[in-house]
Amino acid sequence: MRRALAAPALIILGMLASTAASANPQPWQLNMTRGATETSAQVHDIHMIMFWICVVIGVVVFGVMFVAMFRFRKSRGAVAATWSHSTKLEAAWTIIPILILIGSAWPATALLLRMADTSDSEMTIKVTGYQWKWRYEYVDYFGKQPGINFVSSLETQSNRTRQLDSGLDPAAIKVDGVSTYLLDVDKPLVLPAGVKVRFVVTADDVIHAWWVPSLGWKQDAIPGIINSAWTQVDQPGVYRGQCAELCGRDHGFMPIVVKVLPKAEFEQWMTDQAPAPAVEATAITLAPTTAPQG
Amino acid sequence: MAHAAVHDTHHDAHDHKPEGFLHRWLFTTNHKDIGTLYLVFALTMFFVGGSMAMIIRAELFQPGLQLVQPEFFNEMTTIHALVMIFGAVMPAFVGLGNWMIPLQIGAPDMALPRMNNWSFWILPFAFTLLLSTLFMPGAGPQGGWTLYPPLSLQGGNSVAFVIFAIHMMGISSIMGAINIIATILNMRAPGMDLLKMPIFTWTWLITAFLLIAVMPVLAGAVTMLLTDKFFGTSFFNAAGGGDPVMFQHIFWFFGHPEVYIMILPAFGIVSEIIPTFARKPLFGYQAMIYAVASIAFLSFIVWAHHMFTVGMPLGGELYFMYATMLIAIPTGVKVFNWVTTMWEGSMTFETPMLFAIAFVILFTIGGFSGLMLAIVPADFQYHDTYFVVAHFHYVLVTGAIFAIMASVYYWLPKWCGNMYSERWGKIHFWMSVISVNVLFFPQHFLGLAGMPRRIPDYNVAFADFNMISSIGGFWFGASQLLFVGVIVHAVFFSKNRATTRVWEGARGLEWTVPSPAPHHTFSEPPVIDDSMLAHGDVTH
Amino acid sequence: MKSDSGQHESTPRAARVKHDARGIAKTALFVVGASFLFGFAMVPIYRIACEHVLGIKLSGEAADAATVAMMKVDESRTIAVEFVASVNSKLPWAFSAEKARIEVHPGALTEVWFDATNESGAAIVGNAVPSVAPSEASPYFNKTECFCFTEQTLEAGESRRMPVRFVVDPQLPAGVKTLTLSYTFYANELATGRLGLVSGSANGVAKN
Ligand SMILES: [Cu+2]
Repeated sequence: MRRALAAPALIILGMLASTAASANPQPWQLNMTRGATETSAQVHDIHMIMFWICVVIGVVVFGVMFVAMFRFRKSRGAVAATWSHSTKLEAAWTIIPILILIGSAWPATALLLRMADTSDSEMTIKVTGYQWKWRYEYVDYFGKQPGINFVSSLETQSNRTRQLDSGLDPAAIKVDGVSTYLLDVDKPLVLPAGVKVRFVVTADDVIHAWWVPSLGWKQDAIPGIINSAWTQVDQPGVYRGQCAELCGRDHGFMPIVVKVLPKAEFEQWMTDQAPAPAVEATAITLAPTTAPQG
Repeated sequence: MAHAAVHDTHHDAHDHKPEGFLHRWLFTTNHKDIGTLYLVFALTMFFVGGSMAMIIRAELFQPGLQLVQPEFFNEMTTIHALVMIFGAVMPAFVGLGNWMIPLQIGAPDMALPRMNNWSFWILPFAFTLLLSTLFMPGAGPQGGWTLYPPLSLQGGNSVAFVIFAIHMMGISSIMGAINIIATILNMRAPGMDLLKMPIFTWTWLITAFLLIAVMPVLAGAVTMLLTDKFFGTSFFNAAGGGDPVMFQHIFWFFGHPEVYIMILPAFGIVSEIIPTFARKPLFGYQAMIYAVASIAFLSFIVWAHHMFTVGMPLGGELYFMYATMLIAIPTGVKVFNWVTTMWEGSMTFETPMLFAIAFVILFTIGGFSGLMLAIVPADFQYHDTYFVVAHFHYVLVTGAIFAIMASVYYWLPKWCGNMYSERWGKIHFWMSVISVNVLFFPQHFLGLAGMPRRIPDYNVAFADFNMISSIGGFWFGASQLLFVGVIVHAVFFSKNRATTRVWEGARGLEWTVPSPAPHHTFSEPPVIDDSMLAHGDVTH
Repeated sequence: MKSDSGQHESTPRAARVKHDARGIAKTALFVVGASFLFGFAMVPIYRIACEHVLGIKLSGEAADAATVAMMKVDESRTIAVEFVASVNSKLPWAFSAEKARIEVHPGALTEVWFDATNESGAAIVGNAVPSVAPSEASPYFNKTECFCFTEQTLEAGESRRMPVRFVVDPQLPAGVKTLTLSYTFYANELATGRLGLVSGSANGVAKN
């Protein structure tokens, strides 16, 4: 039981240690990071608000409990009282939680409204989940149709290492000294920095979920249904995530990598890609290219 | 003893049990025997499901796949959940209900004893069927216990067996629930008014209503899966105009009340144990009942908080967030009442009390993470990560299972007539409570750092906490062997005879019958003495 | 084990128990039956709730012509409508929108074209499943004509140009500035199977 109380203290220490936001999970990471977007930072804030509310309630309730366990022991000669009712107390511990809940529902609602607002986006990416890879289609960029369309799946070194009894060392797979085992792909999704990007998310076979923790949300990819979400990453960098909805055998092996480039570099990248889609489409043999022709 | 004949023509008027092992256990209609069968079955399934958890934790001990293929890993996570929910926790509660409800309300037996026998004996068949899918060509279910289509329909023909097994489990728990409702409404001793019933009986009454309301909904949902898979319907098939999200709505309409089915009787158990060892009446008896009833009511209107990421419209997400947050209020009332019951008591800390106190603290921690999960924008991050795994294991292991263990220590002397070894009970407690936190607390960190659930392998950054968690898991699993040891010792070897009252502070009718409780009790209705009821003051 | 609750009617307690327990069990069984049916009733309830409470249009039916005719064109607003075309990987078709994005005024009837090609060597029936994002906007998206209303049969190698005519309701919430209309084509295996049967029997007739 004492451990249970010590644990929140551990989290607090951890939070102090991990103030620097990072796109990769860190060894011994204890808490959510602030992520790479304003939204993810706000998600982090509301997570911390709720966390501290829980810590305070926990300290009060468990504190009272431990005092009771210490003071009212039979071995210390405590004699049991016989009361079993107190209207005042009961009213207090009904009303105070209601106020706390209203207080926390308020910012949660505001943030949810912000996250649902996909309007005024300047770019649209269609994400399709397959067993077990992702397809990205650049539907729209400032009113133009880039016609870029490719499949992104687990890079080969991780794929070889993750086989049962491969004998290969997962820790050996690193980019810039950081482990990218199972978190790296052959072809990342490339996005421009500082642009509001709208995602339309769907799936081909079963339900998947597209999740990059640094962006602050995940969205289920459901066959036949199109869901929307948005992000705006201001800081160029590489952000990693994974499929978050059980989707069969290789659910653990369909990572997501988002590479955010400065706008000019992104546009250069786009020009370089332009003729590519026809070739890329062969990656999924049965899925014909749906590159727009307009 | 005129009623002895009610149960079995082989009985004579004395307290003789039927002759012959097989005859006694296979055909028994005695609530105590059936309760024992349920409890032994639940304990067996706890170890079956637990060994699957050991395989899961062994594979997750370090990054890379060392032991099993991903398909098998997915079978383990799926069947572990089904076995623990439908095979361990629910039958354990039904067993406790069978044993204790007639004793607590002064009834000679359950209202429908023969149905009671059937509802138990369905279970071994159901689980044989479920577990046999592991050995079928095309393997067992791999789509998670939530059975989300289209994934769950990708399996082979074992899907049909799993669904049939779920139907049988559902029929079993529905029959058990009907029996409990009929018993409580009908068989109470004169003077045992509804608002004088012990809290455990109360929580079971409400749980039984939840069961008959939602188990059939699950049966309907899996039947639709079956017809989608084998008879060409398109309830959930997007290609045929169906909607896979609709399955999730129907499933969680069952699934959320199911969560409370697994915790309300635990609330009842803890509400019996804490007053006993605090030697003080339960604080706010009626508030406790209203809290349980309102939690049960709310459980019907919050289901979609399990699926915030499916792309619900904003209005739906806000509604389900607010409704879910409301549950914190009656749950808080219960926790505050338990703590207040301890205040100014005269406490001793025997094993049942230790487990009950651990329940209050650790279940509350599970409740805290539940409150965090209710916040939709934050849930977009938590959803389907190890944070959720940590949350529901705090609620189910340190919640439901700790309460079951507390109840076993609490009532075992009444069942078998012998005291268990307090020393080994305490060792079992401390082993369990420390290891369970080593097992599940780091999973909060893993989830927050970005580790999805239901994956057999992970990035190196998650290695340390996974290793700690696995060590906690093995330790917790091994500690449960102590539990079996303590029970076996108490039942067969202990020389320490239990008194009628067993615990100094114990109140309630079950403590007025001898230890061990004779095969037939309350053939003559007892006289109810209000001051001897579990909660003392019946007006509050 | 003669009966569930005993035969000693002479004992008032046993008699009462027998009577009431059966009654309660019957009521409970009725509840069980009702909730089993409720599980199935959730299928239509879900549709009704989506369309009337949450405002998500699930049905692929044509909008009422009279309602659409009543709508006034709102020149002051421009909505970007994006078209996303997908083919399920089990269907060997190519499918695309001729325009990926257009801008429309709410209330104006607009026509766009989609192209589908059967790239296989056999006739196949496909069904297009529509979906609109954001889901809140779906009731405001009225299609007067769409290839998704009916099954589409494409002979081997056949290409088809298919129109969609739609009006965005001027009542569309002000916050929505971009809409995505998505179609996913799925193989209709049942109808494709029937196709084979029909042509098979037709051959039979020809031989006679
Ligand atoms: Cu996936």
